[in-house]
Amino acid sequence: MSNKSKKSNIRKKKNRIKSIAFLAPSGLGVLTFFVVPFMVIIYYSLLDNPIKKNFVGIDNFVSLITNSAFQSAAFNTLIFSLIAVPSAVILSLLLAMLLDCKLPFRSQLRTVFLSPLMVPVASVILVWQVMFDMNGALNQVTSMFGATPIDWLDSDYNQLIVLTLFLWKNLGYNMILFMAGLGNIPSDLIEVARIEGAGSWKIFWKIKFRYLSPTLFFVAILSLINSFKIFREVYLLTGGYPYGNIYYMQHFMNNQFEKLDYQKLSTAAVIMSIVMVIIIGILFLVENKFGKEVEE
Amino acid sequence: MRRKKMVFRIFGTLIAVFFAVIFIYPTVVTLADSFMSTTEIHANYGKVFEKKEHKEYWEYDSKDTTYKNDKVFIRIKPNKVTLSQYAKVLFLSPEYLFKFWNSVKLTLPILIFQILVALGASYSFARFSGRLKELMFFLYIILMLMPYQVTLVPNYIVADWMGTVGTYWSIILPGVFSPFSVFILTKYMRRIPSSYTEAAQIDGAGEWQIFTKIYAPLCKGTIVSVALLVFIDYWNMVEQPLIMLSDQDMHPLSVFLSKINEGEVGLAFAVASIYMIPCILLFLYCEDYLVEGITYSGGLKG
Repeated sequence: MSNKSKKSNIRKKKNRIKSIAFLAPSGLGVLTFFVVPFMVIIYYSLLDNPIKKNFVGIDNFVSLITNSAFQSAAFNTLIFSLIAVPSAVILSLLLAMLLDCKLPFRSQLRTVFLSPLMVPVASVILVWQVMFDMNGALNQVTSMFGATPIDWLDSDYNQLIVLTLFLWKNLGYNMILFMAGLGNIPSDLIEVARIEGAGSWKIFWKIKFRYLSPTLFFVAILSLINSFKIFREVYLLTGGYPYGNIYYMQHFMNNQFEKLDYQKLSTAAVIMSIVMVIIIGILFLVENKFGKEVEE
Repeated sequence: MRRKKMVFRIFGTLIAVFFAVIFIYPTVVTLADSFMSTTEIHANYGKVFEKKEHKEYWEYDSKDTTYKNDKVFIRIKPNKVTLSQYAKVLFLSPEYLFKFWNSVKLTLPILIFQILVALGASYSFARFSGRLKELMFFLYIILMLMPYQVTLVPNYIVADWMGTVGTYWSIILPGVFSPFSVFILTKYMRRIPSSYTEAAQIDGAGEWQIFTKIYAPLCKGTIVSVALLVFIDYWNMVEQPLIMLSDQDMHPLSVFLSKINEGEVGLAFAVASIYMIPCILLFLYCEDYLVEGITYSGGLKG
């Protein structure tokens, strides 16, 4: 071996040690608190119970999937995410495009739309209660039009109420992401298209939409994750056992934690993580395809 | 053509303003109503919280509960502006301040140590490359995308092994190692040109010096942005305390505030306002940092 390559080899080794030293605190923490226990959870999900440790294969998965509480929690969460993610993506894109039109008071409007992000959920929960209660403000308004008062959180509209709370909290964050995405579109490209006689509609679909596709993808994932956090609002409004169709996954998990049913907990966590990985993987593939088309 | 544009702009502004009013309304109502007297709160909203009220607190103050409006409408303007709600929170019901302090005790350590730990990790990810590094970074991204329903179970199991269930450690430790700030800081650090470090190396600077003298100072703005996002996330925490802390006295105000409604409605708006004032001040002073942080969080490939 020549002297030079020996030197570079030593240097490589040194670099490796240094890089590991910087990563170590975080890496060890992640391994200890997330990765290793997650492996243990996979192991638990295959056992009959943590003391006897009999291997039961997929029995836990079968019994969890046929469990009616789990079914309704999974179903409600799924439905909510299916409604919440597209509405969050579309509405925040519209907001961003509206603010992109050089409106007056643009920066003040941005501040206002972003403000719910910084307001703790717990602080405004009083206002939501006053609004949606049986004796609340919303019923006073609807009764002026002759409707009979209802308990909004125990009605067919409760998913809609929860959706409103979700959008209120999350639109601002998404809007900022879209505004950044819109800012990245080269303006001369749009200029050229306009000179060549393309209409606004065509410019939007053929140019802006293509350039926005990475942002679109990210906002979709983010909204999906945030849609699982809607538990906070629902819990603070209605407690641990809410009315039928707003009983979400986190409610189910909470109730299993109370009983400390390790089998159900770990099996549910494993199922959730698999579903998440599949959904994110699909979104990744779709985005990759779109992204390539832009480059071509 | 010009006229059409004008109409569009006016129309767009109207829509935007309409939504803006809706967005800011709950916050303004909460802040404004905190200056109402307890009597007025009861008159306005008593009907809503009627069934949940536990009487014993009000017995000595019974005239407050005598009058309730039949109709509940949300009012923004207090009849008489008074600080009596705040006075009551401060002098008569210190338990809310204890809960506020609990929130501080949970949020601050997570905030400080998560960013310190993340700085090292992002420096490693940004400065050095390698198969293992790429794999680790990918793992961090996956972890960042996992909802609480997944991560809380491993967190609980570790807390159980360490015997920390029921203490703040069970929430603080996983919080410190949460990968979110690593992700954003790495994305920023990767943009720092390598010529900076090369110049420093020629002058004889070691890794530690490059880290503390070049990278960390350059990240100042991003650190503020990340800190804001981390702060609001943990200030808002509901899931973790519910699972980890069975002792309700240890709960942060974010969980406890929902229980307030069962009783002392008369001072709830003041407590809610006290809880959000730090957030609002941070927001108003650091909005640009926040926007920058959000922008940096966008895009997983960075």
